[in-house]
Amino acid sequence: MRAVVTVVGKDKTGIISKVSTFLAEREVNILDISQTIMQDYFAMIMMVDISKATKKLSELAEECKVMGEKIGMSIHLQHEDIFNAMHSV
Amino acid sequence: MFNYSDVLETINMVEKEHLDIRTITMGISLLPCIRSDAKKTADAVYDLVCGRAKDIVKVATELSGEYGIPIVNKRVSVTPVSLISAAFPEDAGLIGKALDRAADTLGIDFLGGYSALVHKGMADYEKKFIMTIPEVLSSTNKLCSSVNIGSSKSGINMDAVKLMGEIIRKTAEITADRDGFGCAKLVVFCNAVEDNPFMAGAFHGVGEKDAVINVGVSGPGVVQHALEAIPDADLAEVAEMIKRTAFKITRAGQLIATEAAKRLNASFGIVDLSLAPTPARGDSVAQILEEMGLESVGTHGTTACLAMLNDAVKKGGVMASSRVGGLSGAFIPVSEDIGMIEAAERGDINIDKLEAMTAVCSVGLDMIAIPGDTSAATISAIIADEAAIGMINNKTTAVRVIPAPGKKVGDCVNFGGLLGRAPIMPVHDKSSIKFISRGGLIPAPIHSNKN
Repeated sequence: MRAVVTVVGKDKTGIISKVSTFLAEREVNILDISQTIMQDYFAMIMMVDISKATKKLSELAEECKVMGEKIGMSIHLQHEDIFNAMHSV
Repeated sequence: MFNYSDVLETINMVEKEHLDIRTITMGISLLPCIRSDAKKTADAVYDLVCGRAKDIVKVATELSGEYGIPIVNKRVSVTPVSLISAAFPEDAGLIGKALDRAADTLGIDFLGGYSALVHKGMADYEKKFIMTIPEVLSSTNKLCSSVNIGSSKSGINMDAVKLMGEIIRKTAEITADRDGFGCAKLVVFCNAVEDNPFMAGAFHGVGEKDAVINVGVSGPGVVQHALEAIPDADLAEVAEMIKRTAFKITRAGQLIATEAAKRLNASFGIVDLSLAPTPARGDSVAQILEEMGLESVGTHGTTACLAMLNDAVKKGGVMASSRVGGLSGAFIPVSEDIGMIEAAERGDINIDKLEAMTAVCSVGLDMIAIPGDTSAATISAIIADEAAIGMINNKTTAVRVIPAPGKKVGDCVNFGGLLGRAPIMPVHDKSSIKFISRGGLIPAPIHSNKN
């Protein structure tokens, strides 16, 4: 099962490192990363595989949110289907 | 891989623009619960509902977590109780109370279906059932009631219209300690639909399967935000933008609906293509109309803007869902929409304009507080006007008014939560009593004769 992780917030050092370590600790495998800076704002989208993850999707999503609050970023983890549904015909 | 703007758009819709799934509603047939007396039937109803919907809250929470979209309400709708209590209508309240207990046990927000369908005629058992509505609504919290008094095919049952004016007044009186709150859970329909996921009018039609998942989406804020980005566009472009936005919102609803049906071992029913407001700022249908260029909702041009909005929502939504149903359209409840509340407080919108608006949108005169001394005949006449619009235009119309006890124009009632607050709106003071007391049936219109 694949999910999309989005990380948005003010740019600072070490965001990717923190997020990827967090995911690795939960056996979430990163398939693709795309990252940019838009007007001082850091925006990253990751496609991840959660089939071997140690937690359920909804738990991962909650933990991502909490982790994001800790590092001052907005982090979401969502099933990829929501984006497929809303943005493709 | 998705592109930034698509992904961030979805995140923004949820975080800033109040995109949510308004409700997952499980429709459950109660026909297998009919027993020899009311007590046994009520017990069977409680057991069936609690068993069939036992996972609805859990599944909704899971889905919300996985897809990152809030699911605001979890609800159940059931077969009209007048049908399963036909042998003991005076005791139908026992079933209503059992349903309310089931709603508490399940932890759901509302349960609809304390209903009767009397659009062509009212059997003795149906009349007795309707008489139980005020007491049952006053002694329950989550139970909702509806009565269908007309249809395009059969006309308007004016005896039922007369009775419902009296029932609404009675309900207000016996829930006077809560500003007539019982009336917020009671709706009178013309052309009621059997797969509506929205309250207070949801019931599970007899033509439906035993357990069905119907989903109502929401997102007035998303539409408003999309229109803010094109302040100088012409109306064809505005309509196109609404369509595209409605498509995205509805796709989210379709995804949640099919997944919920699978996990709850029920059939996928329909997605209701709705724009349902809440009292939160930025989640308002009225504000969409104002974004289109009206100084205030209720002014001249409101009906045209609403007609276009409603049509564009349907056009976008139909393509996004495999099965569309329910009420499908923009809702204009007064107390549940901050733009409507403020327009009513300023005196910029009145009941006559709202009535005109219901001719071009879903659904009717909804959550309108009127003076506590409004007569039953006047309420019946309001129902008759609204039903006539539905009957002639082949659409669902409804009346959910609250004659707030002891309140007059200038006062306000506050129901809290999604039900919001309502300034008391004036009604006409000339009498309709002679018309209402005639009774009988307003015949179906000529264009209903299509066979």
